[in-house]
Amino acid sequence: MSTSTVEAPATRPERTGFGRRLVSANTFWIGLVLVGLYLGFSVLAPSAFPTLFNFQTLLIEASVLLVLSVGMTFVIITSGIDLSVGSVLVFAGVVGAKAMEALSPGHDATSAGWGVIAVGLVAALTGGAVWGLANGLLIARAKIPPLIVTLGSFGAALGVAELVTAGVDVRTVPQALRRTLGYGTSFVVVPNLVLVAVVVTVLGGWLLHTTRFGRYTYAVGSNAEAARRSGIGVTRHLVLVYLITGLLAGLGGFMSLAYYGTTTISGHSTDNLNVIAAVVLGGTSLFGGVGSMLGSVIGVFIPAVLTKGFVILGVQPFWQPVAVSAVLVAAVWFDQRRRRTQDRR
Amino acid sequence: MGEPILELRGVNKSFGPVHVLHDVDFTVRAGEVTALVGDNGAGKSTLVKCIAGIHSMDSGEVRFAGSPVHVHGPREAAALGIEVVYQDLALCDNLDIVQNMFLGREQLRGGLLDEAEMERKARQTLASLSVRTVKSVRTLVSALSGGQRQTVAIAKAVLWESRVVLLDEPTAALGVAQTRQVLDLVRRLAEQGLGVVLISHNMADVFEVADRIATLYLGRMVAELPAKEVTHSQVVELITAGRSGDLGMARPEAATV
Ligand SMILES: Nc1ncnc2c1ncn2[C@@H]1O[C@H](COP(=O)(O)OP(=O)(O)OP(=O)(O)O)[C@@H](O)[C@H]1O
Ligand SMILES: [Mg+2]
Repeated sequence: MSTSTVEAPATRPERTGFGRRLVSANTFWIGLVLVGLYLGFSVLAPSAFPTLFNFQTLLIEASVLLVLSVGMTFVIITSGIDLSVGSVLVFAGVVGAKAMEALSPGHDATSAGWGVIAVGLVAALTGGAVWGLANGLLIARAKIPPLIVTLGSFGAALGVAELVTAGVDVRTVPQALRRTLGYGTSFVVVPNLVLVAVVVTVLGGWLLHTTRFGRYTYAVGSNAEAARRSGIGVTRHLVLVYLITGLLAGLGGFMSLAYYGTTTISGHSTDNLNVIAAVVLGGTSLFGGVGSMLGSVIGVFIPAVLTKGFVILGVQPFWQPVAVSAVLVAAVWFDQRRRRTQDRR
Repeated sequence: MGEPILELRGVNKSFGPVHVLHDVDFTVRAGEVTALVGDNGAGKSTLVKCIAGIHSMDSGEVRFAGSPVHVHGPREAAALGIEVVYQDLALCDNLDIVQNMFLGREQLRGGLLDEAEMERKARQTLASLSVRTVKSVRTLVSALSGGQRQTVAIAKAVLWESRVVLLDEPTAALGVAQTRQVLDLVRRLAEQGLGVVLISHNMADVFEVADRIATLYLGRMVAELPAKEVTHSQVVELITAGRSGDLGMARPEAATV
């Protein structure tokens, strides 16, 4: 039997999955679109758009969405979906705020200290994790389609949040929290909220692209049965993915509380769609098995840059969703064309 | 000849009302190739999946290297040293060749995936299988031809220090040259002392490599004989009718599903 091969002097490792995915054509092009938009607005409004302040607000306003999209990237790569993130965010914010109020004299948490704030954080994270766990168990164990399960928790989490608060926003948020996480900065220019989002995103990217957990996420989304036969605990993995997403929504709720100083109960009804759009815009396939964290970051910033640019240029803000939708459809169309030409090779 | 490495006794398996395996006895011997033959739907793949822990058996016992074992999942089967090439291959389209070969058993370095090491081993294994048509081990499986996929599935199974390898129609999609490679590989694995099970519908291949031939007929093991002691036409008769002369079942016509 011959042992010759054409595997050229096979010592140098090829570009790894991570590196290759990083520059995979779709992410690359959508990244160019983002850079193009940023440069375009900078040229159109040279004195107002490319400023440090504008850049900071851009990042701050995208922070919470970015944290949500880290979880959503995992979910969509497993070929799932999570419609509940916005509602879970609100629920977690309410639970966190209520916990802090309950521990404060006269139910006013405005001047609460760090001990109380820590309890609030734990409460918010737990609140998010509980919904994530419920989603995960219903999807992976009871085998109910993710769309249905999370449509249910989308309604239920918001409903419970409104029951707890009687529909009235909690407005006493500790000043110490608002000053630091809300609008404080570190390293002179980096808003703390952005710092948290960056840390979460980097951890998410690390988990997705360099660990077994990440590899299994792709495998489950690509072919769950093959993953199972390779000894991967598919059920457990899915539960964990939804749990992480719930946990991150909880963190998002706490960040939002710190930034706005209120629970903004009615302000998150379209978060889920914005996050899904961002993740898909970034090249993650709704069919599962494909996607990257960098893509999701880019996908979050395209709508954010559009909004900021329109506001600064005085364009009606109602154009933003129209433009985002156009970019989204164009991105998916472009990607499919590219794939088709690749197949034809 | 070879010592029994894997022994199944009285295995039954039903899917709901459908009784697929009836009191199946099956022995895999170290250093031998056992061909598992039978018509479409006879239960060959089901038997393999029961051994691999993908399906649980309704009843029956399994002995591995002499001691009774209960395999509850693919990971436990792999831990015993049982590797399987599935008929439907079970590869992840969106992962590349290396990622598929190491799926579920990734090599780590400092807790992180050791891509370079996995790639090196994957190349080595593919080279030992004389794979010439795959340009890069980082090609996504979705971009491979049917035969190339099959080769990757086989490479995935022989990558590990295993003691029993079950191949479910591994040559179905392969060309002449690749089929030859796989048959050579099957022999080579047996010579290295592994117990090899080859499922195939190709009698010429079966007679070329098999030491023993086990025939399933409607979920019943009707004959387990040394390949030298049966003829081509006897095996075909066993497959299609459940008996041949005084070989096989006494009253195959009484067998029902
Ligand atoms: N998951 C399942 N659920 C229900 N019935 C099944 C399942 N898997 C197999 N069967 C049934 O079990 C019987 C045996 O199937 P199996 O795949 O083991 O046959 P096979 O011998 O491998 O056939 P082939 O040569 O076509 O591959 C068939 O009647 C099939 O319909
Ligand atoms: Mg079969």
